[in-house]
Amino acid sequence: MAPGRRRSGSPLVRWVLRIIAVGYVLGLVALPVGTVVQHTFENGLEPVLESLRNPDFQAAARLGVFVAVISVLINTVFGIGISILIVRYRFPGRRLLNAIIDLPVSISPIVVGIALIFVYGTNGWFGPALNSMGIQIIFATPALVLATVIVALPLVVREVIPVLEEAGTEQDQAAQSLGANGFQRFVRITLPTIRWALAYGVVLSLARSLGEFGAVRVVSGSVAGVSQTPTLFVNDAYQEFGAQAEQDAFTAAFLLMCVAVLFIVVIALLRPKEQNQ
Amino acid sequence: MATAPEIPAPPRRRPRPVSSGRLSAASGLGLGVGMLWLSLIVLLPIASIVVVALQSGFGPFREAVTDSEALDTIKLSVGAAVLVTVINAVLGTLVAWVLVRDSFPGKRIVEVIIDIPFALPTIVAGLVLISLYGPQSPFGIDLVGTRRGIFVALLFVTLPFVVRSVQPVLIDMERDVEEAAASLGASGFTIFRRIVLPTIAPAMLAGSALAFARALGEFGSVILISANLIGKTEVSSAYMLKLIEQNDTTGAAAVATLLLVVAVIVLVLLDSLQRLAARRD
Repeated sequence: MAPGRRRSGSPLVRWVLRIIAVGYVLGLVALPVGTVVQHTFENGLEPVLESLRNPDFQAAARLGVFVAVISVLINTVFGIGISILIVRYRFPGRRLLNAIIDLPVSISPIVVGIALIFVYGTNGWFGPALNSMGIQIIFATPALVLATVIVALPLVVREVIPVLEEAGTEQDQAAQSLGANGFQRFVRITLPTIRWALAYGVVLSLARSLGEFGAVRVVSGSVAGVSQTPTLFVNDAYQEFGAQAEQDAFTAAFLLMCVAVLFIVVIALLRPKEQNQ
Repeated sequence: MATAPEIPAPPRRRPRPVSSGRLSAASGLGLGVGMLWLSLIVLLPIASIVVVALQSGFGPFREAVTDSEALDTIKLSVGAAVLVTVINAVLGTLVAWVLVRDSFPGKRIVEVIIDIPFALPTIVAGLVLISLYGPQSPFGIDLVGTRRGIFVALLFVTLPFVVRSVQPVLIDMERDVEEAAASLGASGFTIFRRIVLPTIAPAMLAGSALAFARALGEFGSVILISANLIGKTEVSSAYMLKLIEQNDTTGAAAVATLLLVVAVIVLVLLDSLQRLAARRD
């Protein structure tokens, strides 16, 4: 920007660093991603359309969207609630609560799935009691939602907390002194304050929820048309062998990739707004 | 309060409590509901892992984790995670540096590309890598069934962590100290080592911790390219999945517990290093 700020002496160093950084990122990410696009369309458009007509794929897409939307709703509601509690209140166990939120990202998704089986499986801690009430969780949609909620748990909270901390409570207290009730203060003050951070968190959660594979793989059973999510569909189709199955895998992967890139672009558009506040 | 102007707290530090914030009846209820929910979906499941691992006594637990196949997978997963973390700490910082301090055409595209591994479903990442480094590789590089393949997959999925945690710190960093050092004749490398590195060290360590945890438990991106060869390319997460599918709950829980312990040790280590670095700063 301003002239005279250049410090790292030689332009040679600058060029070397630039080439290493850009080369690493392009070689590691862009090149493989480009190969998938090429692989998906190498036999033209017709096999791709054929994959899209596959009823198993369509069922997987519907289930994936359903699970992701429910999970994001749950995580949004709890995420806002927990963020407000952590930022505005002091209570014993507050730091513990803060640490628990981050736990799911430090754990293998496979471990998350296994843990759900131990607690909610047929022979698990709550499994028999739930079964006798006619509720099946593992190998059914509730397990998919639970697994997805867990792996995406911190995303909303970690976006909202810093914004709430920075905003402080002065406006809130002013509104309270003017007689606004809790709900009014939330809708008129808190929500507008956190809206970009929240939007960012929701998009991140949505991406993570649609893309979860490991935890879902353990608890789903992956029955085509019933409990197969899009990521499981990619895996199963790829393992199946045969030209159309492989095409199905690549078509589904390509679509998931497009969705992922769309989310990244949305996030890139949201970020500056968040910083401008 | 009209005397000293308010000094805004630096971002990303723990700010002071906003209010004395006693819990009211409504917020107390909210806290109760929140804790109940977190217990049901996080605490109880994690506790169940440890309980199931040890419920038949310490003998079966030790047997499960000293099984030669289990040990192979754990050595592979931990070793690969350590190596990947070190590479990320160095190259991730370099990438962040170039993105903040350099400008060149196409920089924004590189920015977007860095986020791809974070948003891409892991199984799609696996497919992406196998189409480049698989049997149909356009460059004739076939890494299927090799440890190098696992390694590339882990580098792919962990790329954003260090970059994204170091980047904001570099953006916020004041340049005047560096300029002063440069005017006193310090070389670029000395400036980096003595001034920049101490400032970004906590963020580097935080990003490395995330990358390590991710690499240790990674499953989806690795599973296709590793081909899951026992004793060679079987990672711990794939091994645990195999055990649970064979109904060996104790075995799966034992390996999971061991991995939890490794993760906790490394995360605590990196966290204390981070505190140390933050204090020196």
